[in-house]
Amino acid sequence: MKPCALAGFASEAPTFSSLEALPGDLSDWLVSFLPDIEWLRWLTASLLAIVLILTVFGLTFAMLTVTERKLLGRFQNRYGPNRVRVFGIRVFGFFQPFADAVKALTKEDIVPAAADKVLHLLAPVCLVAFSLLGFAVLPYGREMTLLGNLDAALLFFFAATSASELAIFMAGWSSRNKYALLSAMRALAQLISYELPLLLVAVPAVMLAGTLSLQGIVLSQADWLGGILPHWNILTPWGFAGALIFYIAALAESNRCPFDLPEGESEIIAGFLTEYSGFKYALFFMGEYFGMAALAGLGVTLFLGGWTAPCEFLQFIPSYLWFYLKLVAVVLSFMWMRATLLRLRMDQLMRLSWKFLVPLALVNLGNAAFWQFSSNWEGAWLAARWAISLAVAIVPFLLLAKTLTAGLGPRQYRYA
Amino acid sequence: MPDFPLLTLGVIAAVTLVSAAVAFSLKNILHCLLLLVVSWVGVAAFYLWAGAEFIAFAQVLVYVGAISMVVLFAVLLTRQHQPEENSPTRAFRAWGALAAALVATALCAAVVATPLEGNSSADAGLSVRQIGELLMGPHVAALLIIGVLLTVALLGAVLLAAPDAPKENFPPKTKP
Repeated sequence: MKPCALAGFASEAPTFSSLEALPGDLSDWLVSFLPDIEWLRWLTASLLAIVLILTVFGLTFAMLTVTERKLLGRFQNRYGPNRVRVFGIRVFGFFQPFADAVKALTKEDIVPAAADKVLHLLAPVCLVAFSLLGFAVLPYGREMTLLGNLDAALLFFFAATSASELAIFMAGWSSRNKYALLSAMRALAQLISYELPLLLVAVPAVMLAGTLSLQGIVLSQADWLGGILPHWNILTPWGFAGALIFYIAALAESNRCPFDLPEGESEIIAGFLTEYSGFKYALFFMGEYFGMAALAGLGVTLFLGGWTAPCEFLQFIPSYLWFYLKLVAVVLSFMWMRATLLRLRMDQLMRLSWKFLVPLALVNLGNAAFWQFSSNWEGAWLAARWAISLAVAIVPFLLLAKTLTAGLGPRQYRYA
Repeated sequence: MPDFPLLTLGVIAAVTLVSAAVAFSLKNILHCLLLLVVSWVGVAAFYLWAGAEFIAFAQVLVYVGAISMVVLFAVLLTRQHQPEENSPTRAFRAWGALAAALVATALCAAVVATPLEGNSSADAGLSVRQIGELLMGPHVAALLIIGVLLTVALLGAVLLAAPDAPKENFPPKTKP
């Protein structure tokens, strides 16, 4: 880091580094060239922020696709894509997404004769648009919120992302293909079922912060115990349980393995993607990755302290970098899950949500309420607070798990 | 400089009403549903225009996210065949028009008869925090009653939908 960045770290009351305000300053500087009309400047500044978000997350999407393929390759003991070179330079195959983009753009776009042409075209567009809406409210940094200060930011996020179910259904139904329709039904059932635990575990974070504004939720976690232990929600019993439920539900909401039943290649060809080709197909992937990144960003905001640094002395690194680092870490762990776990069966999927995650999320809500009411306990009571809260988080989990898996195993494999 | 708020309201109203009207004239029931969704989004946009962001997002979450799904499931699970051309009879149309006219009259009469209290823009700035405090304070009884009512409705739905006898051997049990 530059010396000026470290100045903030040394002073008593932390003044934040100039890097912190860099995006805002840059935008102000660019806008200052425009004539002094208020709405023109406002419009330009907003467009600049939108372009920045689209560029950063567009590039992230491109890099994530190749990273995922390379990581999966490594997990499966092979190299993954490593052939593409630009001007003779081969950066471990990381130019692959650009080659893929050219390929997707130049491929023939096939629309089935019986398909509903308009909906068939609209579905991928809607999916990308809805999943991009979620990015509007995420707080990216101390000074970087597009709509993050919005009073009902969390509500906006869920409202925007819940509409993507409709896009997937449109894709499945308009293709006039049995497999696509089956997959659309699967997707609807799955997305509805997992939206419930997702919403229920977001509520405690709202309760404890006392606001629906995502920036407010981050600010409520922006403190350190002794300068090194962050006040992140994940480090409380209810927050840990909530983060786990959120993680599972987010995997299911973004149709990732082990919850990729709507795509289920070995069962229903490629589900709602069956009749798509060329750039529309690429758009679906883009929407999926955007949705996944947005959900990971929400998880980071709710449980991992958003843009706050893990230790007080690490604040010289700009807050938006912390946010980005955490987001990428969460997305990489999603990929790890994909490489590790097997796809669920439909009834297992439903059971996991309704009989396991939803009750646990409800219990977690009560746990968070207890945590809120016991916030002034001290001394031995503090230990009791932790003990009770941990017990409320763990005991129902064990009991439910034991009840639900009764009679299901262990499975013995025999050679015929 | 044109009157931007009024212009916006005009566009929102046009989108909402036209999509709803077209939805009722289409044959394909799924197209109707998707157009209704557009109409619901238009209503949400109107709330946003009026400064009630909480109810606007709640409208999108409930109608676009949930109710459209319920309608989709109802359509897809109940309809066995492609829609047949069953054009309604003349009497049927007449009764339909009569019922629609009556409902419209009742609604319009109710709207006209309700006195609007002064300047409503003072209430428009009600924040989510204020709404929450109002719901949890003075109106907590209403909130609880609605909660109980919805739970009862949910239980009733489950009872109606539950099969008479539980199916055996589903999910298939693995033998040890």
